[in-house]
Amino acid sequence: MSQHAQFGFWKKNQKALAPWLFLAPGVLIFLLYVIIPIFQSIWISFYEWDGLGPKTWVGLNNYADLLTDDSFYTSLKNNVIWLLLYLLAIPAGLAVALFLNQTVAGIRLYKSLFFFPFVISQVVVGLIFTWFYAPGFGMLPHIIKALTGSEIAILADDRFATYGVIAAGLWPQTAYCMILYLTGLNNISSEQVEAARMDNAKGWSMLWHIIIPQLRPATFIALVVTVIGALRSFDLISIMTVGGPYGSTRVLSYFMYEQALSEYGTAMGYGAAIAVVLFAIMLVFISLFIVRMLSQEKNA
Amino acid sequence: MFPKPIAQTSPWTQRAYKVFLPIALIIWLLPLIGIAVTSIRPSADLAAGNYFGMPSSFAGVENYTAVFKNSNIGHYILNSFRVTIPTVIGAVGLSCLTGYALAVYKFRGNLAVFFIFVAGNFVPFQILAIPVRDLTLKMGLYNTMTGLVLFHIAFQTGFCTLFMRNFMKALPFALIESARVEGINEFKIFWYIILPLVRPAMAALAVLIFTFIWNDYFWATIMAQSADVRPVTAGMNELKGQWKVAWELIAAASIIAALPPVAMFFLMQKHFIAGLTLGATKG
Repeated sequence: MSQHAQFGFWKKNQKALAPWLFLAPGVLIFLLYVIIPIFQSIWISFYEWDGLGPKTWVGLNNYADLLTDDSFYTSLKNNVIWLLLYLLAIPAGLAVALFLNQTVAGIRLYKSLFFFPFVISQVVVGLIFTWFYAPGFGMLPHIIKALTGSEIAILADDRFATYGVIAAGLWPQTAYCMILYLTGLNNISSEQVEAARMDNAKGWSMLWHIIIPQLRPATFIALVVTVIGALRSFDLISIMTVGGPYGSTRVLSYFMYEQALSEYGTAMGYGAAIAVVLFAIMLVFISLFIVRMLSQEKNA
Repeated sequence: MFPKPIAQTSPWTQRAYKVFLPIALIIWLLPLIGIAVTSIRPSADLAAGNYFGMPSSFAGVENYTAVFKNSNIGHYILNSFRVTIPTVIGAVGLSCLTGYALAVYKFRGNLAVFFIFVAGNFVPFQILAIPVRDLTLKMGLYNTMTGLVLFHIAFQTGFCTLFMRNFMKALPFALIESARVEGINEFKIFWYIILPLVRPAMAALAVLIFTFIWNDYFWATIMAQSADVRPVTAGMNELKGQWKVAWELIAAASIIAALPPVAMFFLMQKHFIAGLTLGATKG
């Protein structure tokens, strides 16, 4: 083919080819590191494998083993607790946003400082709360002792440890929801609010009937990031309790890490099976989000 | 505006609000204030049981110097920058390309590709971990900066594509059409017309990705084994084990590790929040 013909081909087809050329690098690396590994993990979950030697096909055995593993049920139960309690970040974030949605002097700085916990890493949040809860010198046990007369070692007590870790997670998550709602409140139609005020709507009924419906986009995103955040919980558990005491604060993500990724974890097939279960749970939510986003796309 | 502006309420409410605002902030940041005060406390205070009172003297200089002297934290911080900066450049760069393709061209499979990026962005890390670690090993990049950076670029491209595509969709399409009529080729349109217009989106993404990657702990833990590669988040976990009850040092190290993203946030606040709240107002 002559140079000229090649050029002509490009000229004619550039509008059809250009998008794929623009997409190629991003799509390839995303396929290689994100999409294909999902299927590889599913595949590995049907094998027994120590990560180095040969793989042995075991079919659904890894999943059958999960069903008789107490640690799996503890992790699953804790994932549910995380999910339910994490949702509190949404109303809490709305409450803080309503409190801060004012125009007094210095309010911008206040908003930034309230948002602060979200900016620092979960590792640091975990360390801060470990110190905050520490028996003997932590601040919270002192407060509890002053109120009730007895000390509680929150992270060493399997009745409270998971809740202690979740409380630490709610701190940055509430900040995140707050900033979403502050942006949402900023864009509320003031005509509707004024019209409702004319009709004597105020306080709770105004919030419920006029404000919250207008905040729906913010609520949707708050829900997405909170659900994903709850199911992804790993950092805080690793820093604050290492899954303990007696494995009582494990969640699926941490359980998987222990089995397949940590220093002593060599059960790749079993770990992959745990990851697949977590993925299946998340897939329910991911599908809901995608369906909603898709309907938005169609309306746009 | 909702709630009712405080200036329109009774003077008593206004005063109460002004008093309560700083109190609420102090309660909200109490754990953080505690750790900041601990980081400047002399270790003698902790030994004597003075955990919450005024520090008996200012030991900030000693504590912070001790952190740098007794640990690799300086090195870890440097490693974090070495992972974070190339990731920001790579992910933002790639997503300008993918975002442009998905926002501007109509072709079969456009929405499907877009939603694969969106969905991939939500998956749990654990389902990727074994194959990604394996792939990195096979490429000879395990326990290297490049190995960690390549994965981060790939994963963050999902979120960045979502962001860029939506941002570019809102640009005036007529601009591109008229450039095409002029006979300007597709790549020149991208380079000379689109890229200058998406600078705010690039800034917003850059600060967000900087924070996400700086704060990453999971991948730092499983992909970086040696101290030459370990970012500060994974390094902090090691220091916690090493120092056990020397909380004045752990506190000081926490503050050091948290500082770069905090500085980034305060310097680029507008972009940061614009990035984070994308989609919170319409849809």
